[in-house]
Amino acid sequence: MSATFLGMPGNFPKNASQAVQNSQLRYNLRKATHTIRGKRAGVVAELPDWQELRAAGKAIKDHTLRNLDRYLVMMEEAVTSAGGTVHWARDAAEANRIVAGLVQATGEREVVKVKSMATQEIGLNEALAEQGIAAYETDLAELIVQLGDDFPSHILVPAIHRNRSEIREIFLDKMPEVPENLTDDPPALTEAARLHLRERFLRSKVAISGANFMVAETGTLVVLESEGNGRMCLTLPETLISVVGIEKLLPSWRDLEVFLQLLPRSSTGERMNPYTSMWTGAVEGQDFHLVLLDNGRTDVLADEVGRQALRCIRCSACLNVCPVYERVGGHAYGSVYPGPIGAILTPQLRGMSSELDASLPFASSLCGACYDVCPVAIDIPEVLVDLRSKAPHPAAERAGMKVAGWILNDHVRLAKAQRAATRLRGLLPKRLPGPASAWTDTRDLPEIPDESFRDWWERGGPDERA
Amino acid sequence: MSARDEILARIGRAVAGAQDVEIPRGYRTTQQVDDLVGLFAERVDDYRAIVHVIPGGDVPARIDELTGDRRMIVPDGFDRAGGWPELGTADGVITGCAVAIAETGTIVLDHGPGQGTRAQTLVPDYHLCVVRATQIVACVPEAVARLDPSRPLTWISGPSATSDIELNRVEGVHGPRTLEVIIST
Ligand code: SF4
Repeated sequence: MSATFLGMPGNFPKNASQAVQNSQLRYNLRKATHTIRGKRAGVVAELPDWQELRAAGKAIKDHTLRNLDRYLVMMEEAVTSAGGTVHWARDAAEANRIVAGLVQATGEREVVKVKSMATQEIGLNEALAEQGIAAYETDLAELIVQLGDDFPSHILVPAIHRNRSEIREIFLDKMPEVPENLTDDPPALTEAARLHLRERFLRSKVAISGANFMVAETGTLVVLESEGNGRMCLTLPETLISVVGIEKLLPSWRDLEVFLQLLPRSSTGERMNPYTSMWTGAVEGQDFHLVLLDNGRTDVLADEVGRQALRCIRCSACLNVCPVYERVGGHAYGSVYPGPIGAILTPQLRGMSSELDASLPFASSLCGACYDVCPVAIDIPEVLVDLRSKAPHPAAERAGMKVAGWILNDHVRLAKAQRAATRLRGLLPKRLPGPASAWTDTRDLPEIPDESFRDWWERGGPDERA
Repeated sequence: MSARDEILARIGRAVAGAQDVEIPRGYRTTQQVDDLVGLFAERVDDYRAIVHVIPGGDVPARIDELTGDRRMIVPDGFDRAGGWPELGTADGVITGCAVAIAETGTIVLDHGPGQGTRAQTLVPDYHLCVVRATQIVACVPEAVARLDPSRPLTWISGPSATSDIELNRVEGVHGPRTLEVIIST
């Protein structure tokens, strides 16, 4: 069982300084983020109406959020009349109880899972394990993470911090059927995973998924993926349980015409991802349960500035352009939601009572690259600045000083930060914690090796945005 | 109070007084493409699927040629005799489709007649799909408008793939490792 992030210790500056010392991680991250952002830029440039799609995506989500209660009821009716069952969960514990109960009712002790951030957020695998139910991740990266007893580090490529020889070791160690002479060639490793999971797919009676979208008007759920493990899980088992955050809703069928263009191009940088599955209610004789999850989302919704984070479609484009993420990786954020979106979503979902969560709004130089690439135009810098002002003082100030020291420890970086400040129309100077003299005290702290930071600037830093 | 009522009440409180927004739909909902078949063929090929563009009359012979003595599942409603009866041991599957999208090189199955069940198009390692030229639309909005949401839908853009190991693209994880498309003109 892989652990969850719930209650993960530390704070962002501390986790970050550990992460930047890991050169494998940094190398992989740089390669991944640069490759994906290049692909994204190419396929986004192909569409002359990208900005119109983006404006529509933003407005559709805002309209949905404004009328979320009405659309959730509509969704419930549509799923129910198509033969599915709808459950509501106020928080993680309630969602986990519902899912465990549904699995127990089938008499099964094993479930297969499609990668789902919502179920990671609620720690479902661990909750099921407590009930004696084994949950098997089937996405290749999630499998690597789970078998390696590890945490995901990127939304889209969760095992990006592992190299091929580490993956080979994990497979040899944890897959009994794998031959000794397994090479570390990616196709050979992929084949090993295919064989390892095939039998499990054919045998499993219960699957658990999330969803990328759900359509209120029709009751349809939508899952985008690449590998086909999603199709296996959604199609073969007799019982399908989908745990979906209430903000994943779209009002009408037609709205998919916007999001099926925005998401694949922003996410994997493809015109379309290999597979998208859509289903409405109980299909081909399957038993279907939808668990609608709140778990802090209604608190986020109540915040006038912060609620825009609920528009997020988890494409990970903001991670791939973020200079801070690129250097520290996903683990430093201590949450299933890493990078810029994690820095605004996690403190809102979990509150800022822990030092880690209170430090997250400072995990940014406010350069604004995340906003530029976001397909639903979430103004992440605006939310960060707002959260900084709300963070509990002593913890936030410590974290803020360290991150600010790191950013401002170089006149070029300072220039960037000042540009960001201008962009934020004067909000920044009065909200950045502490007087200017404070960061001169911290500027010599060896949080981030100077050398690699220079590397980063030479590569173009945040200006090389896609 | 039930979880349902409580969540709905929380939402009501959270958005009280918030402005609603109009949805601007200034994006393209149709596109003029002179050579739909050509564009679709090119985009499918980009995913490293195999593409054939042939006249409708030649399709049965081409299927014979391509499938040889492979054990092919032929779903109900697909106009072809024979077919392998057992999913677990089949080498491949032949299907039609509901609609195809030129701009993205996507095939959409609605699993109606001739398109097989979802499992039939997933478990075998080889998928041969016959697309009629008239089923090709230019862009995603045109496809969404043609599809029936009450049916299970599978959108396929190339063979299954992963980039999870050091970002190397590997074709063929759990879905069919080979996708071959016949465009019948
Ligand atoms: S915040 Fe925007 S860019 Fe980042 S993951 Fe969410 S939708 Fe994508």
